[in-house]
Amino acid sequence: MLVLTRKPNESIQIGEEIEITVLSIQGDQIKLGIKAPKDIEVHRKEIYMSIQETNNEAAAILPNILDILKNTSKNLK
Amino acid sequence: MDIKTKYHGIVEIEDKDIFHFQKGLPGFNEENFFILLPLDLESPFWILQSTETEELGFVTTNPFEFFPHYEFDLSENDKSVLSLESEEDVTVLIILNIKDPFNQSTANLKAPIILNTKNNHAKQIILNDYHYETKQKMFPEMIKK
Repeated sequence: MLVLTRKPNESIQIGEEIEITVLSIQGDQIKLGIKAPKDIEVHRKEIYMSIQETNNEAAAILPNILDILKNTSKNLK
Repeated sequence: MDIKTKYHGIVEIEDKDIFHFQKGLPGFNEENFFILLPLDLESPFWILQSTETEELGFVTTNPFEFFPHYEFDLSENDKSVLSLESEEDVTVLIILNIKDPFNQSTANLKAPIILNTKNNHAKQIILNDYHYETKQKMFPEMIKK
């Protein structure tokens, strides 16, 4: 991993189109500003990973899933 | 063309009904093409089925039926990626994690699926600025009992 030291208001340029700026530091919290093209997704890592994990779980096979849902559909009416 | 599906056996589909996820879904980045198949005619549940991977089918539903207060704004980035022009072209679905018994099931409100029904572009977006859960209980009142 490349390690760079930056101060508040200093930036890192990644390629032509991505810029990350240290906006402020308060205690153990660092506020970052990120400029990136629209097709680049920027997310907090733990949130993105929780979405991946939730999708994986939702895709996992539950053999009697259709029976559960069909019974539920009837009950909801 | 015919595709093999997780829950519906072999299904005949038309190209015009295929939704295109430009970058797949989180955890399934290589899965770009899905189709919506109703569970049955009167069910509120739809299967979001990969047209390329038989065993990949998500159970989804219209969030507003189960969570009437659910709301969010689409970011300009997401509108642009989906080439959205009008709110009327938007359909929102949420992915469910079905449990047995059903009242333990959860819904991913943090990452709804947005469909542009005009051009069939689709994306699972992440609501960074909203305090929604990835595993929201669908029937909190039933669980208390």
